[in-house]
Amino acid sequence: MITLLLAVARRDLLLARRRRIEALLPLGFFIVAAALFPIGVGPEPQTLRQIGPGVVWVDALLAAMLSVTQMFASDHADGSLEQMLLTPEPLVALVGGKVLAHWLSTGLPLVLASPLIGLLFHMNAPAIGMLALTLALGTPILSLLGAVGAALTLGLRSGAALVFLLVLPLTVPALIFGTGAVLALDSGLPGPAQAHLSLLGALLILTLLGAPPAAAAALRISLD
Amino acid sequence: MTLRLTTFAAPSRFYAAAGRLLPWCWAAAALFGLAGLYIGFAVAPTDFQQGEAYRIIFIHVPAAWLSMLIYLVMAFWAALGWMLNARMAAMYARALAPTGALFTAIALWTGALWGQPTWGTWWVWDARLTSEFILLLMYGGYLALTEAIDDPRRAANAGALLALVGVVNVPIIYFSVRWWNTLHQGSSISLTAAPQMASTMLTAMLLMTLCFWAYSFAVVLTRARAIVLEQEADTDWVRQQAQREERR
Repeated sequence: MITLLLAVARRDLLLARRRRIEALLPLGFFIVAAALFPIGVGPEPQTLRQIGPGVVWVDALLAAMLSVTQMFASDHADGSLEQMLLTPEPLVALVGGKVLAHWLSTGLPLVLASPLIGLLFHMNAPAIGMLALTLALGTPILSLLGAVGAALTLGLRSGAALVFLLVLPLTVPALIFGTGAVLALDSGLPGPAQAHLSLLGALLILTLLGAPPAAAAALRISLD
Repeated sequence: MTLRLTTFAAPSRFYAAAGRLLPWCWAAAALFGLAGLYIGFAVAPTDFQQGEAYRIIFIHVPAAWLSMLIYLVMAFWAALGWMLNARMAAMYARALAPTGALFTAIALWTGALWGQPTWGTWWVWDARLTSEFILLLMYGGYLALTEAIDDPRRAANAGALLALVGVVNVPIIYFSVRWWNTLHQGSSISLTAAPQMASTMLTAMLLMTLCFWAYSFAVVLTRARAIVLEQEADTDWVRQQAQREERR
C-alpha cells in the first residue's frame, strides 16, 4: 500500500516537473494576491503587521483551492483514473499519493514563500517563523480537504468554482487555529500559541484519517 | 396492504400518501401560525428591557432551531439513501435542502433586524452568528453540488457524502469559531444570559415552532412529490397519474 502511494506520488511529481510553469501557477497567484493587499489597504506598517497572518492564510486557502481541481482532472480526462480504480489495491493509497504529490508541488512552495510575504507585511522574525510553521501544518489539511472536493466535482462543467464553495467553509477551523497561533505570539504569552499549534496538529491528524477514505468514496461515486 | 417501515420507500406509494397528508400539514401550519402570532404579538407582554423589538424571537428562534435540525435530518436521509441505495430517501434529502437554507437565511435576517435596535448593529462576528452563516454556506454547497450533477444517482450520492462530511465538521467549526470569538473580543453582548421568559412568550414560541414544523413538512412533501414525478417520469404509474389528473 505504501509502495503504491509512493509510486503514485512519484508519478504525479514527475508529471508536474514536466510542466513546470503550470505547477508553479498557484505560487504565482499566492504572491500576486498577497502583494495586492498592501496596495489596497494602505502601506502603514502597523496595519499590515496586524492583517498579515490572516491575509497570508486566506491567500494560501485560495491558492490551494485553485490548484486542487487538477489533482484528478487530467487523469480523468485521459481515462487513466478509471484504470487505477480497477486495480485491486486500496483506493485510499491512490488518494494518499495524489494528496502527497499535490502538497509537495503546491503546498510546500507556499510554506517556503511565506517568510517572504511576511517581510512584505512588516512582520517580525518570530511571527514569520510561526506563520511558516502553521502553514506547514495547515497546507496538508487544505490538500486533503481539497481532494474530497475535487473527487466530488470530478468532470463537472463548473467543477473548479464548486470546489471553492464546497471546501472553503470546511477550512474555517484550520484558518482560525493557523492565524490564531501567529496572533497569540504577538500577545507575548507562550501558552496560547502552543495551544493553537496543538489544535492545528490535532486537526491535521483528524483530516489525515478522515479525508482519504471520503475522497476515495467520492471517486467511486463520481466514476460509478 | 400491510404497513411496514419500507412501505413508503416505493415512490408511487410515497406520492399518494404525501398527497393525502399535505392538506393536514398546511392546515396545521396555518392554525399554529395564527395562534402563535396572536399570542406573540397581542397577548405576550412587552419586554421592559427590549421593548417591542424582542417579538421577533417568535420567528427567529424556531427558524434557527429548524435550520440546524433540518441539516441533520437531511444528512440522515441522504446517508440512508446512499448506503441502502434507497431512491426515495435520497429524493427526500434533496427536497429538504432548500427549506433548510431558507430557515437559515430567515434566522440570519431576523437576527440582523433584532440586532439593529437592540445592539445598535446589524451584524457581529459572534460565534453563533458566524456558525449559522457557515451553515448557510454549507447548504449552498449542497444545493450547488446536487444541481450541478445531471445524473440523479450520482447527484444524490455525492450530496450524501458532502452532507456527512458537513455533519462531522459542524461541531469542529462551531467550537473553533467560539474559541476564535472569545480570543478576539471580550464579547460585550451575552446571548445566553436571557432573562426569565414569561410563560405566554414561551407558549407563543412553542406554537410558532409547531407552525414551522408543519410548514416544513408541507413544503418538503410537496417538493419531494415534484422530484418523484421528475425522476420517475418514464414509469407507468406517473403516466396513469398524469392521465387521472388531466381528466379531473
